[in-house]
Amino acid sequence: MSGYWTGILTILSINIIMAYAVFLPVATGQLNLGGAGFQALGAYTAAFLSAAFGLNAWVTIPAAMAVGGLVSMAIAFPLLRTKGVYLVLATFALAEVIAGVILNTDALGGAMGLSVPDFLDYHVPLIAAVLVTLFVFYLMATRFGLTMRAAHDDDVVTDLLGVSVRGVRVAAFSLGGALAGLAGALYAHTFSFVDIQSFNASLSIYVLLYVLLGGTQTAFGPLFGAAFFTLLPEGLRVVMPELKTFIAAAFHQSGPLSPPDESWRFVILGVLTVLMMAFRPEGLITRSLIERLKPGRRTKRLDVAQEVSA
Amino acid sequence: MLLIQQVLNGVMLGSVYVTVAVAFTLTIGVLNFLNFTIPTLFMLSGMAAWALTKWGIPFGLSQALPWPLALAAAVVMTIVASLIVERFTFRYMKTKYGDATEHAIPLVSSLGFLLIIENLIRIGYGTDAQRMAAVSWDTTVNLGGLLLRAPQLISLCVALVIVSGLNWVLKHSRIGRGLRAIAENPDAANILGVDSRRLVPVIFMLTGLLCGLAGILFAINYGEVSPQMGEDIGSKAIAGMVIGGLGSIWGAVLGGLIIGITEMMTIHFFGADTVQVAVWGLLLVALFVRPQGLLGHHSIGKGKL
Repeated sequence: MSGYWTGILTILSINIIMAYAVFLPVATGQLNLGGAGFQALGAYTAAFLSAAFGLNAWVTIPAAMAVGGLVSMAIAFPLLRTKGVYLVLATFALAEVIAGVILNTDALGGAMGLSVPDFLDYHVPLIAAVLVTLFVFYLMATRFGLTMRAAHDDDVVTDLLGVSVRGVRVAAFSLGGALAGLAGALYAHTFSFVDIQSFNASLSIYVLLYVLLGGTQTAFGPLFGAAFFTLLPEGLRVVMPELKTFIAAAFHQSGPLSPPDESWRFVILGVLTVLMMAFRPEGLITRSLIERLKPGRRTKRLDVAQEVSA
Repeated sequence: MLLIQQVLNGVMLGSVYVTVAVAFTLTIGVLNFLNFTIPTLFMLSGMAAWALTKWGIPFGLSQALPWPLALAAAVVMTIVASLIVERFTFRYMKTKYGDATEHAIPLVSSLGFLLIIENLIRIGYGTDAQRMAAVSWDTTVNLGGLLLRAPQLISLCVALVIVSGLNWVLKHSRIGRGLRAIAENPDAANILGVDSRRLVPVIFMLTGLLCGLAGILFAINYGEVSPQMGEDIGSKAIAGMVIGGLGSIWGAVLGGLIIGITEMMTIHFFGADTVQVAVWGLLLVALFVRPQGLLGHHSIGKGKL
């Protein structure tokens, strides 16, 4: 496989894991606008352990997950006292604090970044992404997944029915933190270099948008959202220059044209976001869509119809 | 003396944060909506002022504009952009499901607009910071050893005048009464004859006006604009608003000034790299200890978005 495709596969796998990391808290009704902060935690844990102690990736990756999970659990208790807009702001502020602390720690390379000795190729993130996807699908099918959905749909009633909404939320938030740590560690080992600029506020925004556009009701949503928005720019990279040449030719221009900017993909992401929120705010893939697509449903209807007519 | 000078610089810097923070607090106080397009509107105004003074209206429709005209045009453009945002974020917000993340719909929509406007500007003008030509009245005033620049003083005055004016409008005018009624209970306000569909755009016009003024004042003060300039100012304004209390105008003023002074003091004592930790740490502590803010009302924004 060419280096181009392995690069895309790596990014895609990391984005899918990151999407699930943000999805788990969102599925319990908490918007997490600080995903990049937790990813940075994982990436720097792995990078530091690998660079300073020469540990191999099979040690650093679990360590990164543990750090991501434990830090988010520790922070979840005060954090989840806040609700709604305050929670969004608090997660956002938290990511900024994490970035600021890393930037000012000399042992972590500060603004220079850290290089990571132990290199992993694209197989590891790919397998990790598949495992994470299967895990989240399993999780959503368990009783815990059901309580997550319930906490999302109506926290007061869920609380009255004897479910510890707070417990569910803390658990989902910590699991999300651990997954973000995993995504960060995989990033560190596959790109062999981490710097804090890669984990900025924009990354948190993009990941949250992937998840919300894909849909938060089922585990299909983040998978679809992350895949779509990772692969879309690659498709556009082929189509956009041709489109630009075509338009320029229509205006009787010829000669070399500058290739279209990366920024177009974000404009398209933005336009899709605005349109989706206007027309389908629950995300592209919803529970009812999955129901409709399930094989066997139509025949069941027919059976009922036949029974009624009989 | 240096310390007093730094506090003064902090107040001057804070006056930019104050103007943007008031825009945030206004939308969140009345509409319960955290408008993430505000940093971009601020950036749009600064970039527009720069582009108009340098090149004039796009497509060669005019020569480079003289700066008073360019600044006015930049503010008008920002107001128009804000109204377009209103059309596509707030207009379509409907309560359909009543679940926990549904209130986030306009917020997410405004994140979409943030991406659109910022990247369109990047496509148009590139990502580099641009120098803005200095205005003719850019002089330094010496007040007994304390140095103050004229544009900074004017920004501070403009910020204070606007905020007082806004406060008066909200307290005493008919529009202000309507807005306060919507803030308290949108449904009841509608039943009692407040036309929220006509009043909501007023909020967005005010938002555009505040961001537009903050943008051009920033451009004149610091002489530099870039497509990224909104991110930093916007996030610090959010921090200031939360510290002061969501929905409180004087809270936003106080919070913005606190952030400006904190920033300058941190630079003075610990160096420029630690600003981020100080400002965001302050916000995090404020959220955990006193989520309603210094001057905020306890109920606004609580559990709602």
